[in-house]
Amino acid sequence: MGFVRESFGTAVGLILSLDWEVFSAVRTSVGVALWSIVYSSVLGIPAGVLIGIREFPLKRTVITLLNTLMALPTVVVGLLVYGLISRQGPLGAWGILFTPKAIIIGQTVLAVPIIANYTLSAVRGADNRIISTALTLGASRLQSAFQLTREIRFGVMAAVIAGFGRVISEVGVAMMLGGNIRGYTRTMTTAIALETSKGEFAFGLALGIILMIVALIINLLLNHLQQR
Amino acid sequence: MKHLRNLLLMLILLFNLSLSANAEERLRMSTTTSTENSGLLKVLLPPFEKKYNCIVDVIAVGTGKALKIGETGDVDLVFVHARKLEDKFVADGYGVNRRDVMYNDFVIIGPADDPAAVKEALTAAEALKKIAIKQAIFVSRGDESGTHQKEKEIWQAAGIRPEGKWYQSAGQGMGEVIIMATEERAYTLADRGTFNAFKGSRTNLKILFEGEKGLFNPYGVIAVNPKKYPHVKYDLAIKFIDFVTGPEGQGIIAGYNVNSDPIFFIYGKK
Repeated sequence: MGFVRESFGTAVGLILSLDWEVFSAVRTSVGVALWSIVYSSVLGIPAGVLIGIREFPLKRTVITLLNTLMALPTVVVGLLVYGLISRQGPLGAWGILFTPKAIIIGQTVLAVPIIANYTLSAVRGADNRIISTALTLGASRLQSAFQLTREIRFGVMAAVIAGFGRVISEVGVAMMLGGNIRGYTRTMTTAIALETSKGEFAFGLALGIILMIVALIINLLLNHLQQR
Repeated sequence: MKHLRNLLLMLILLFNLSLSANAEERLRMSTTTSTENSGLLKVLLPPFEKKYNCIVDVIAVGTGKALKIGETGDVDLVFVHARKLEDKFVADGYGVNRRDVMYNDFVIIGPADDPAAVKEALTAAEALKKIAIKQAIFVSRGDESGTHQKEKEIWQAAGIRPEGKWYQSAGQGMGEVIIMATEERAYTLADRGTFNAFKGSRTNLKILFEGEKGLFNPYGVIAVNPKKYPHVKYDLAIKFIDFVTGPEGQGIIAGYNVNSDPIFFIYGKK
């Protein structure tokens, strides 16, 4: 247990010294996570709203499928996207394997089902008269869907926060698609994995503490916005 | 919602700039974990990067995977240690210009009290045989890395197919395996560089067998064939190969040590 205590000291030291490598890993982590969350929100929120308000055949099947996709292992997403963007894959010409873009694609795939599902639950929990009221008041279908999304914004926020939690903490996608390149695609989590493999447990745990601090700050920011 | 949107936009702009602020050329190299984990690349790469105003992106995985990434053209060069696989890589047309860079050797490590009496063995094969007979725990890399290839060679030489509870195939890197072996007071095969970096503070295992010719561990660097993959940065890869095999690179490798133990050796200065 000695290294657990040691790690707190190391974490404080790393933060105070503004260690370049740690800073770079934080930047990469937060940067790719934010991009992934924007893309997956753009895809996931409308998908959740749409599935929630529309009636269509196989709706239950689609929802079950969406629920199942939440359990997608990160390494499986990593493998799928790897096959897609490797030079041998259909998108190989883009040459984006082992770049931050590759991680963003993988993490987006990871977060879309979560955001869609949480949004869907929020829609189901909402007053189902919102849409019909908006329509009677002369709103278009799109406008009424917007109105609904406004009404359930707390649920949507929870969806975004859950998605963010998933991508900032995952290691499989970042490792496989990013390649853990120092100062470039090394994220907080792949750095922790690397330090662990080197037997630097205290250092790894210190990075874990910093990751939690970063997540805390971002969640405080989101929370603050939600209060308004 | 509006505030959130503004904040997100701001953050994204900020991070987008920081993520894309890299005009230099990037050279992609897949390599084995030992070159990266030993800390060698941290001293070997910066002078090269400075000289040619480029950035070397290092993807550190096991040798088997490092070559695989080269075969699919996802890197510009590979820096690995498994001579037979390297020759196959070149023979199959994936790589060109293979050059020797450096070497170290493998050692059999285990608990100091050495329950299987590996110390008395005369050959590496005999050492592993003793472990198998005693059914002392042996942790194998099990990840098709260069070290794993060598281990399989030795088992073959010993005429043993390692199986059973005592033989644990970990499927992890050298560092993890040394730590596992330390926790379980088990034996394993390690490259000397990684072991030296771990000994003392991170493992109390000892070297119990060393020095056999068969445990020689040469590292080679190979450029990915530009005829096969026209997109690879062949010219820069060749510059890198010339650099690490030239006087400057060789000097850095020979001078590099951890706790005053040399980690890698260069040819011609034995």
